[in-house]
Amino acid sequence: MTDIPALRLQDIVKTFPGVRALDGVSFQVMPGEVHALLGENGAGKSTLMKVLGGIHQPDEGKIFIAEQPAIMKSPLDAKSKGVVFIHQELSLADELSAAENIYLGELPRKSFGRVDWKTLYEKSDAILARLKCSFDSRKLVGDLSIANKQMVEIARALTVDAKAVIFDEPTASLTDAEKVVLFDVINDLRSDGVGVVYISHRMDEIFTISDKISVLRDGSYRGSLVTADTDEDEVTKLMIGRSLDSENPIVPAKKGPIALEVQGLSCGDLFQNVSFKVHEGEVVGFYGLVGAGRTEIAETLFGLRAPSAGKILLEGKEVKIASPIEAIGHGISLVPEDRKGQGLVLGMNCKDNMTLPQISDLTAGPFVSDGAEVAIFDQYRDRLQIKTPGWRQKVGNLSGGNQQKIVIGKWLSMAPKVLIVDEPTRGIDVGSKAEIHNLIRDLASQGYAVIVISSEMPEVLRVSDRVVAMFHGEIIREFTSDEVNEDNLVQAISGIRTTKVA
Amino acid sequence: MAETRAKTIGQFLARQGILVAFVLFMIGFALANGRFLGIDNIMGVVRSSAILGVIALGVTFVVISGNLDLSVGSMMSFSTIVVLDLHDKIGPALAIPAMFAMTMALGALIGFLVGYLKLNSLIVTLGMLSAIHGLTLTYSGGKNMDIDDKAGTWFSFFGQDSVLGIPVPILVIALLAVLLSLLLSRTPFGRKVYAVGGNGVAATFSGIPRARVVFMCYLISAFCVAVAGLLQASRSLGSQNTVGQGTELDVLAAVILGGASLLGGSGTIFKTVIGVLILGFIQNGLLLVGLAFYVQYVVTWVIIILAVWLDIAAKRGRLLSPIA
Ligand SMILES: Nc1ncnc2c1ncn2[C@@H]1O[C@H](COP(=O)(O)OP(=O)(O)OP(=O)(O)O)[C@@H](O)[C@H]1O
Ligand SMILES: [Mg+2]
Repeated sequence: MTDIPALRLQDIVKTFPGVRALDGVSFQVMPGEVHALLGENGAGKSTLMKVLGGIHQPDEGKIFIAEQPAIMKSPLDAKSKGVVFIHQELSLADELSAAENIYLGELPRKSFGRVDWKTLYEKSDAILARLKCSFDSRKLVGDLSIANKQMVEIARALTVDAKAVIFDEPTASLTDAEKVVLFDVINDLRSDGVGVVYISHRMDEIFTISDKISVLRDGSYRGSLVTADTDEDEVTKLMIGRSLDSENPIVPAKKGPIALEVQGLSCGDLFQNVSFKVHEGEVVGFYGLVGAGRTEIAETLFGLRAPSAGKILLEGKEVKIASPIEAIGHGISLVPEDRKGQGLVLGMNCKDNMTLPQISDLTAGPFVSDGAEVAIFDQYRDRLQIKTPGWRQKVGNLSGGNQQKIVIGKWLSMAPKVLIVDEPTRGIDVGSKAEIHNLIRDLASQGYAVIVISSEMPEVLRVSDRVVAMFHGEIIREFTSDEVNEDNLVQAISGIRTTKVA
Repeated sequence: MAETRAKTIGQFLARQGILVAFVLFMIGFALANGRFLGIDNIMGVVRSSAILGVIALGVTFVVISGNLDLSVGSMMSFSTIVVLDLHDKIGPALAIPAMFAMTMALGALIGFLVGYLKLNSLIVTLGMLSAIHGLTLTYSGGKNMDIDDKAGTWFSFFGQDSVLGIPVPILVIALLAVLLSLLLSRTPFGRKVYAVGGNGVAATFSGIPRARVVFMCYLISAFCVAVAGLLQASRSLGSQNTVGQGTELDVLAAVILGGASLLGGSGTIFKTVIGVLILGFIQNGLLLVGLAFYVQYVVTWVIIILAVWLDIAAKRGRLLSPIA
């Protein structure tokens, strides 16, 4: 290690119409240091890194790379100066292969500028192998799962000789196994003397991987801590100005009648012979590895996929759900897994996004009733603490976590009988996460039937009355909240069946 | 700092470039020809833009829903020819609804292909452009169509008369613009059009019937074409088979000039009206300064390119960008 920071940002100011996103922030990372950047949703973390990565130009302030002043004209420019950025929102070209995405803009060439495909695929396969990805680099990115897309995004960072690598919530859609691989990569970068910026809302990760922690709040720098000398509580206080509210203790649900029952449901090779029940007033967690078929079950219940066998019963009556319109008609809500692709119309404003599924009902005469819409928006903005200058703001301009809150508000406001949430707290800060967990429990106590799909074990354990463990498209075991613990859950999702049946 | 000022000007141009260019055009034309800003000329431009404008109103829906409609020109030829032909055969009172029905059936066909079968709208409507042209020629037997008794029909009302001193075509486009603007900006249907064009997948996940929304947009577009055909037929009381030829590009230019993105999800009726007027004034100005009418074709193309470029530049926040 030397004394010269790998990168240094000095007094950075960045404003957007109506928002002062960065208010004179300074920040530096030493070579071989993994520096965690923390802050609530909308604190300015991504914006700061976008300034560094050449996506935004700062209004004021300076950037230094190895103490040399630098102006980042564009992402490519930043990359050529050794700053690599792995984005919070995926920024891949779906129509290109994984290999082409990894080397986008700098494909290996032969004479006459022809692309050297052989080298391209060899090099890409090698990088993917280092990331322990099992898919071929010739595969189209559009056909990959979100987790694998994220791995391609990470692979991009390994093609250059980086001085600094920025990871903006890289694990939001990764499972534990992939996370381990990612941490290996980060450790390699650290020993190569690269400066790493690591943004995440997951405290366990921060404490596992980082050397130092800096905190942003409302666009200003709030202080730094050495990871080894601090604890979660101190970090949280710095972040949100208080200790975390204790989450409401789980009140075991007052089970009502069965709201949703699924019998022997199958869908091609995605999942087979799935049966389970959800009672009114109950939260059922679905836990499993990516690809275990949980999202696909949710999509089938929501009318997005046609089951190849089996029955769906709502309140005891068999129903056929052929489209989301019918699902909504039956009182089912789905908070989808991919907020940018499936959850939001980024170019529309906050209010319009939130009221979209029920827009036909929010009318006065033939016209949309602004009042009714704004009332819904205000209610969920307050409840979910959505940070936005107003309902007119385009959703695409909100921070990642606040976008997610809009999606949650959108489906909660439908007052569904059956609420399915797929990775509900992806990208949401610790304070709001607790709030959303409480909200899910509240909904259950009001008699909603809730299904929570999550790859975060603490989340599943925290909110569920029952946990369903899935592996390779099958339900391996069902646990009650008394039985379930980390060990037996980990076993179940790796396909180890225990003789005891719940 | 000079650099930031240059950047601000760049951003301003990227956002307002069309208006700036338009103002410069207007000043230039006004200096070159004193009549340009006269009330007569202005009314003339508005009036001659009415037919184009009516079509552009409908195409705005299609473009916001994320699709294209290149068939409107030949569809307008079709409706003009049909209504003129039927005028003498079954009388205007029946000819008009019959023509509307036939035109909207064509719109429904396109809407079915693009909406329900999810075929690419560029291909479908480009194909329809020539298919409908063929249909028109078959219908007319390749001959021009004329009304026999030009002096004695009330049919000329729509294209030639005035109410309260205002020419009927201007009243028609004003009324239609208000109605369609309300439909687009104030009703649930309008909201769905934006959602489908902005992110079709998210719209589906929100329970919006994407196919039906797209279908309806093409129906609206065809309805507007039928209105335009009526105005055209009523104004001339006789027509060639190719009367609407090329209109699709002018319409597209106007809609994009108004600021609707070809990627879908943005645009308004008001902006389209502005776009139509800008295009109308520019083309009129070119004539007034003495350029031949066919110069318009080149200029229209330049305007389309300019508008598309500025549209993308505005999204990127700068005029030239190293990233796609
Ligand atoms: N392009 C933009 N236009 C307008 N406002 C923006 C834009 N980008 C960011 N903002 C605003 O700047 C603030 C900081 O956003 P930023 O994305 O940096 O937050 P963040 O700390 O990354 O949050 P999260 O944890 O939710 O990802 C937010 O209030 C956001 O709404
Ligand atoms: Mg962020």
